Amino acid sequence: MAKVFFKEDRCKGCELCTTVCPKGIVVMARDRINNKGFQPAQVIEQDKCIGCAFCAMICPDVVIEVEK
Amino acid sequence: MSEKVLMKGNEAVAEAAIQAGCRYFFGYPITPQNEIPEYMAKRMPKVNGVYLQAESEVAAINMVYGAAGAGARVMTSSSSPGISLKQEGISYLVGSDLPCVIVNMVRGGPGLGGIQPAQSDYFQAVKGGAHGDYYLVVLAPSSVQEAVDLTMEAFDIADMYRTPVIILGDGMLGQMMEPVQFHQYKGRNLPAKDWATTGTNNSRKRNIINSLFIDPQELENLNIERFNRYKQIQEKEVKFESVNCEDADVVLVAYGTTARVAKSAMSRARAEGLKVGLIRPITLWPFPVQVFQQVARTAKAFLAVEMSMGQMVEDVRLAVNGLKPVYFYGRTGGMVLTPMAIVEEIKKISGGEKND
Amino acid sequence: MTKVFEKPKALCDVPLHYCPGCTHGIIHRLVAEAIDELDILGKTVGVASVGCSVFSYNYFECDMQQAAHGRAPAVATGIKRVHPGNVVFTYQGDGDLAAIGTAEMVHAAARGEKITVIFVNNAIYGMTGGQMAPTTLLGQVTQTSPYGRNAENQGYPIKVCEMLSTLEGSAYIARVSVDSVKNIRNAKKAIKKAFETQIEGKGFSLVEVLSTCPTNWGLSPVESLDWLRANMMPFYPLGIYKEK
Repeated sequence: MAKVFFKEDRCKGCELCTTVCPKGIVVMARDRINNKGFQPAQVIEQDKCIGCAFCAMICPDVVIEVEK
Repeated sequence: MSEKVLMKGNEAVAEAAIQAGCRYFFGYPITPQNEIPEYMAKRMPKVNGVYLQAESEVAAINMVYGAAGAGARVMTSSSSPGISLKQEGISYLVGSDLPCVIVNMVRGGPGLGGIQPAQSDYFQAVKGGAHGDYYLVVLAPSSVQEAVDLTMEAFDIADMYRTPVIILGDGMLGQMMEPVQFHQYKGRNLPAKDWATTGTNNSRKRNIINSLFIDPQELENLNIERFNRYKQIQEKEVKFESVNCEDADVVLVAYGTTARVAKSAMSRARAEGLKVGLIRPITLWPFPVQVFQQVARTAKAFLAVEMSMGQMVEDVRLAVNGLKPVYFYGRTGGMVLTPMAIVEEIKKISGGEKND
Repeated sequence: MTKVFEKPKALCDVPLHYCPGCTHGIIHRLVAEAIDELDILGKTVGVASVGCSVFSYNYFECDMQQAAHGRAPAVATGIKRVHPGNVVFTYQGDGDLAAIGTAEMVHAAARGEKITVIFVNNAIYGMTGGQMAPTTLLGQVTQTSPYGRNAENQGYPIKVCEMLSTLEGSAYIARVSVDSVKNIRNAKKAIKKAFETQIEGKGFSLVEVLSTCPTNWGLSPVESLDWLRANMMPFYPLGIYKEK
């Protein structure tokens, strides 16, 4: 089981991470905005995460940490 | 090397830099200073220093920036057109408070100009040829020996006040040979360069050499702090020579090699019974204002003589501040003044025909 | 559970000022990861250029110098000559490196200067608001090629890797991209290899990284990656152009 952490306040809502998740569980939050006014990315079904870190690799702002 | 040796000005300046501990020189060929990079190319490897011929004067001054930021004693040299190319780099060096020595063997200008000696870069050196509020310490030697002594001291002044220092010579000074001695250099005690980018060695916070400050208040504060340092330089580093000014009616004002011509004119005029003196600024910045204010009380007039159309004369007028008339006589384009011509000008002043 | 991905030590823990989706951020991280993995943070000195990445001196934990526009390779030369044991890199955009700084770039390579240049090619001037760059593609619309760049009066884009690979002093010249996870992995390998080339004293190393500029391309960050693939990659083929 793997775990991803999003430093939400660093996210600029660029959505790049949502295009690379092999499990399609990285999506943009539509219910809130962060302190920069962006809708941050998040992982919904955390249990499906395989810890590949693709999302973290393509993130330009080091928002995502991954544990496995 | 403390015995007397006959040396060409350019080479003596290069040797002086090495004896002052300069181990990095970035240059580019341009007459009449070529012997400086040539000498460095021969000597630096022998003292395990670095000589590098850059692809342009622009690249050279930016290599100086990198080396100075890395904590080294570093020098570059050029002549008029090349110094113009270095101006942006000089402003960055000032903006990042980096010490270095820059030699300008001035030649006739503007444009490609000529290769004969001139002093027509005075404004560029003293008034700031690049952007932003700043001054540079500008030293003007009038002999090969003085060029050696001032070059050595230039590195200390640069390190003490974290500023570039300019040696303002001319083609004549660079090309002529004179006996010279290299005294055992005892430098000032200087602050450590703990700001340099030597690599943190994982044992200290990183250092940043930078002149970009987007916040205007921060940039203003830095300018004000730098100008406090300039005040100290003005109080402590002024150098000049004054000769026969006590009873002088006409006081010649000249720097660099022109001052030697002025001295000959002075002695000729004295021989003809004319009371003539000389003030020779050695630091063109900080300009020796006080001596003008004292001498202006007794002298009748000042005659600035330069190898230009008149640039230092403006600073003389500022210093004299209207107390007495300040005249000018100059040759330009690489023409060198003669003592006789200066004596003629003195006579015009004494005879009252000379107008401003 | 162990961490498999986290911020590299060599990257400062501060928000980056880059626009959303700008891939400068990825490239910064890759450089920092390379520095961490080679364990050279303590002896690295970076040189920031002028452009969007001018503020990179706020983002790397090593000693940094900020260079005048186009002059980073010369500044880096000065640093390297004083501290040959240090690892010196420059981080430059296409305007800085291939327009005003062309001479410094070419001669640093020709000298085989033992520095590493990270060259970010996004085919536009970003910081100043989207003007044409030396790498702007033919037909590409920018603030200063409003009708699309045409060779007739604006000439042709410059292929830096191909050019520098002809110089003897170049020891490692590679072009990579950060448009996909696979390419990001390759980009990191190339950046690390460039640093190793420097450390082994083989000569000049440069990695050209194709990068996006969503704001000035007028595209979303995701669309920008597609645009890069469709337009830049054909003209700027990825690959290793020199390897001593």
